[in-house]
Amino acid sequence: MRYEPPGASDSIVTVEPRYGNFIGGEFREPIGGGYRTNVSPATGKPIAEYANSTPQDVEAALDAAHAAKDAWGEKSASERAVILNNVADAIEENLEMFAVTESWENGKPVRETLGADIPLVVDHFRYFAGAARAEEGTISEIDKDMIAYHFREPLGVVGQIIPFNFPLLMAAWKLAPALAAGNCVVLKPASPTPWSIMKLMEVVKDILPPGVINVITGPGAEIGKALATNKRIAKIAFTGETVTGRLIMQYAAQNIIPSTTELGGKSPNIFFSDVMARDDAFLNKAIEGLVLYAFNKGEVCTCPSRALIQEDIYEEFMGRCLERIAAIKQGNPLDTATMLGPQVSTNQIEKIASYVDIGRNEGAEVLIGGERATVEGDEFADGFYYKPTVLKGTNKMRVFQEEIFGPVLAVTTFKDDAEALEIANDSLYGLGAGVWTRDGTRAYRMGRAIKAGRVWTNCYHAYPAGAAFGGYKISGVGRENHRMMLDHYSQVKNLLVSYSDQALGFF
Amino acid sequence: MADQRVDATPAARAALAAVRARQGGQVMFVQSGGCCAGSVPMCFPEGEFLTGPGDELLGDIDGAEFWIDKSLDAAWQTAVYILDVAPGPAEGWSLAAGDDLHFVTRSSDCLLPRGGDGVAPG
Repeated sequence: MRYEPPGASDSIVTVEPRYGNFIGGEFREPIGGGYRTNVSPATGKPIAEYANSTPQDVEAALDAAHAAKDAWGEKSASERAVILNNVADAIEENLEMFAVTESWENGKPVRETLGADIPLVVDHFRYFAGAARAEEGTISEIDKDMIAYHFREPLGVVGQIIPFNFPLLMAAWKLAPALAAGNCVVLKPASPTPWSIMKLMEVVKDILPPGVINVITGPGAEIGKALATNKRIAKIAFTGETVTGRLIMQYAAQNIIPSTTELGGKSPNIFFSDVMARDDAFLNKAIEGLVLYAFNKGEVCTCPSRALIQEDIYEEFMGRCLERIAAIKQGNPLDTATMLGPQVSTNQIEKIASYVDIGRNEGAEVLIGGERATVEGDEFADGFYYKPTVLKGTNKMRVFQEEIFGPVLAVTTFKDDAEALEIANDSLYGLGAGVWTRDGTRAYRMGRAIKAGRVWTNCYHAYPAGAAFGGYKISGVGRENHRMMLDHYSQVKNLLVSYSDQALGFF
Repeated sequence: MADQRVDATPAARAALAAVRARQGGQVMFVQSGGCCAGSVPMCFPEGEFLTGPGDELLGDIDGAEFWIDKSLDAAWQTAVYILDVAPGPAEGWSLAAGDDLHFVTRSSDCLLPRGGDGVAPG
């Protein structure tokens, strides 16, 4: 099935000529009046204009959030949960519309947005609706007459800055726990993807009280900084690259507020010999597990971009994987048969091409791909397509150490468990990892020894709500996707109460 | 600087001068390591990014300091970092190099014929 592009007369997605900021429950023109044009990476052609905001718009968004925060924070958990469930229901009712919107703006294939991104968005709001209701404070009996009561209180107004690779899902990951914990939010989407979040606001604007969510679009250097340095936020949450992550933490330190950061990765995906012990469903799953480096065009912080294959199965296993990679269908992201869409931007595709050249120059062997792709259909002639690529080399090469953020896999071999572990951990990053083996003991030992926040074991790229996600090493601080996130969005109030009438006797 | 490890293309120097003029002051570069806005030199107003003992000063380009994380520098194994410009908007929170132009880094060990005005350091 092939969906019509947003804005086409028979498309399920309507497109306004321009989108303002979403502040105080309504779309507002940016105060400075500036707009920029957003393009679809599939065609290189415009989708719509979006607000090129200034710091004044950030202040307006913060005004709206502060006006809303007391009433929202005082709502009972059950009242907030009802609203979050209503948000989830509204998204689910519009699932196809959001899937097409997200696919067209980001370039990711609609089979992924239909099957993963949008259903996960829905479930995320439901998970945190439930988690918020299940939260309890604690009571400690310090002694028979003194009781310590611990209450969770909202932080107030928080700032959130999200990346382009999963525009709606990253928004949900951040919005759902913040709202569930009783906070109001000012959110800045990534510059390449300002549109789908505004489609989300169109759908939820009458469900949420005005000012609870505010979304402003514009350049990071100006708007992101104006938000992250603002004295009127009580926390800043960020997903993106490491230099910006350091800046975020630096600004948070200057204002003495908490920050959570989810940063880069260069995740190892390890395949032990025994995956080939039988030609069965598990082997088939493991082959797909390697090819998942092309999921979302490789534009994933946890992209399994380093494959480590035990040397005795390398030729046969890689051969099977290359067959699967050769069968990847690139093309119109709105065609449900398409497996690999265009990269998000010209910047991104140039960077990928540069890295593949770097790999070639440092001696890596190109096993497949290694160049831009042309896809069927004249309308996609200017799309940002790159062929799924595999480079064979060694872990010291730059293409094994640096995050390429594209459909480029670096593959190498290892002798034994110790060498697999050494290679896996020889990375600046520690976000994700994959371990594939039929041996449960080995899987457990490897999983515990790998320095990464998430070790997928006999699976990869699953992101269920309820499983904590976050980085070791320079991959960031904090965890998402789990009710522990409510801790990141609240502060503890302790009432220390004496039920004794006895004075201390000091004075 | 005796052990200067940065250089720039003429296009990058021209863009840098224009950025300084727009900013009304000096700027600095910090090399980013990857991810969604990565592998590019982030250009900030001078002093905006707090460097620490884990960072390496590679040198300066017409007075603009160029920094990199020491462990990233080790991973890149690059002798000289060359500042260039390429089409496309600025990434992350970097200042743009011009209208729809952003700074990029090329390495002396691997001169890449892409973008900007080529790779000849000037």
